[in-house]
Amino acid sequence: MSFNKTTKDIIYSIAAIVLALIVGAILIKVSGNSITEAYYYLFYGAFGSTYNIAQTLLKTIPLIFAGLAVAVGFQSGLFNIGGEGQLYWGAFATALVAITFTNLPSIILIPLALAVGAVAGALWAAVPGILRAKTGAHEVITTIMFNYIGILLTTFLLKNYFKEDGPVDQTRKIAEQAKLPEIVANTRLSWALFIAIIVVIIIYYLLNYTSYGYDLQLVGENIDAAEYSGVNSDKVIINAMLLSGGIAGLTGSTMVLGVLHRFITNFSPGYGFTGIAVAVLGQNKPLGVLLAAFLFGILEAGGMSMQLFAKIPADLMTIVQGLVILFAAAPSLFKILKNKSLVFRGGN
Amino acid sequence: MDILKIIFSINTFTAAIRLVVPIALAAVGGAFSERAGVINIGLEGMILIGAFAAAVGSFFSGSAYLGVLAALGAGVVLGLIFSFFTVDLEADHVVAGVGINILALGFTTWLMQVIWGQKGASPSVSGLARIRIPILADIPIVGELFGCHSPLVYLMFIIVISGWYLMFKTPLGLRIRFTGEHPEAADTLGINIRFIKYFSVTLSSVLAALGGSYLSLGHLNWFSSNMSAGRGYMALAANIFGQWNPLGGFAASMLFAFTDAVQMRLQGMNLNIASEFIQMLPYVLTVVVLAGAVIKSRPPAALGNHYKSNK
Repeated sequence: MSFNKTTKDIIYSIAAIVLALIVGAILIKVSGNSITEAYYYLFYGAFGSTYNIAQTLLKTIPLIFAGLAVAVGFQSGLFNIGGEGQLYWGAFATALVAITFTNLPSIILIPLALAVGAVAGALWAAVPGILRAKTGAHEVITTIMFNYIGILLTTFLLKNYFKEDGPVDQTRKIAEQAKLPEIVANTRLSWALFIAIIVVIIIYYLLNYTSYGYDLQLVGENIDAAEYSGVNSDKVIINAMLLSGGIAGLTGSTMVLGVLHRFITNFSPGYGFTGIAVAVLGQNKPLGVLLAAFLFGILEAGGMSMQLFAKIPADLMTIVQGLVILFAAAPSLFKILKNKSLVFRGGN
Repeated sequence: MDILKIIFSINTFTAAIRLVVPIALAAVGGAFSERAGVINIGLEGMILIGAFAAAVGSFFSGSAYLGVLAALGAGVVLGLIFSFFTVDLEADHVVAGVGINILALGFTTWLMQVIWGQKGASPSVSGLARIRIPILADIPIVGELFGCHSPLVYLMFIIVISGWYLMFKTPLGLRIRFTGEHPEAADTLGINIRFIKYFSVTLSSVLAALGGSYLSLGHLNWFSSNMSAGRGYMALAANIFGQWNPLGGFAASMLFAFTDAVQMRLQGMNLNIASEFIQMLPYVLTVVVLAGAVIKSRPPAALGNHYKSNK
């Protein structure tokens, strides 16, 4: 990987964001709102105060995990859209550990709860992985179906066996010592941030400096060539899905231990899907994912304040996310724009 | 035994014929797109946009038929956008398709708040009245099954059959299939690859959007957020199971629709089965069908590839 290519990738990603925000601005204008006001509150909501910055980081954390999960899949040529179902299993399993083993000290309970969550997510992802390897069933469809099935299954288990008395479908609160300590008091921004960064570093190392990572990328680049050079591609595909699902599971686990402090049905606003946008924007590289997740954290936190103060529905940010994926998927768009020197010339 | 009687009653089959419309139309669309070599994960978003455009069109014009026209128009626009990205810009088909789906979800949810000031569901709009086919409706059983439906149900049957005819019995269909199998050779023979791909992808989007219009004007009389609910993905699975053939895709779609109809009937009875398991049926079936079917299936050879003519 040359420095030049990396720089190019970064420029494309930034261009994709800028272009998506320009389209967003047009939509704001068309719907009769002020662009400056909207983007002022977007920026204010993301960075306006210590609390706001903490909220931005808080929204970044699940996107790091979800994005990394998709990126690991992509590296091996797999499109894991099943993050949503996997993170529900991760959250559910972690919550069960954290409400059950209330006698254990933090130092054991927290790692145990996280590990069980990761394993749960990994196992849920393994099934589509096995189906892909053994029958060729495309993981795009099977993982999406597994989202529905996983969410329904965890809901069923919760309602019938672990539900706290009361109107809400949720477990009881997790043990006090299972909660991840807060970095900034009263913001719920917890050590989950550090866990996320550590996982990014581990995956970076795994992909770039181990034979496991090498095989994974080899299969992703050319499955026939990988087979020819003696790699068991079925095994690699299943392994990649396990890893991807495990990371996706941690999305849910850290939400439970850091933010929700219990398992609640329908707690995810679609992290698994936003993770796709994060991975694509981050060029499926661990460090790229970290930056992309932060950017999306800004959009999410800023979008909330935009909705609150400028009265623009936060769903506008979903549009921006979709556009970012489309634009980032088509780098040649920018070559065309550059050639026709259209870019950045149209003002408002 | 009572349960089986209810499951296999005429009512369930009639319900399945209604539920199949959006899935089957999108599956036929998927067949065209994929036969031309373009993977279309975006079907889900195309159904959603179609449903939304139909509701908006019907809301402002007061005419459900103009609503359907609006859906077709939206389908053309989205199809051209998706073609531009996948064909001209050589974007990864699957990634671009997912982008289209997220875009469609955000766009419809945002716009419904801009237009109606409410999230969740639109106000009621005028839907398509069912039509009763004389004579046919009077035949026992057949009449119950096919006699009285939304006009889109009949249109679907016409589209499935003419789609099969177009794909396998016309020169255009041959060109489409050739493009997806061997674009280089097709190019050498003077086939306009770019046109064929644009045409097939846009057709698939229009059909999916038409299917979407059935959701908001035929099935219900309003639009609700994310009302496509995975039907686009089911259509893709149906298309694969149906061997990239409109007739096969329709048959596979019927299987999903029937499971969905059974699921709805079971929910209505107070069985000792948790509702979650009943709701799961269509999704589990999709996985089972896919895992069972793909072993023997062979997708178009150049599916997912990019090809630029040097002419």
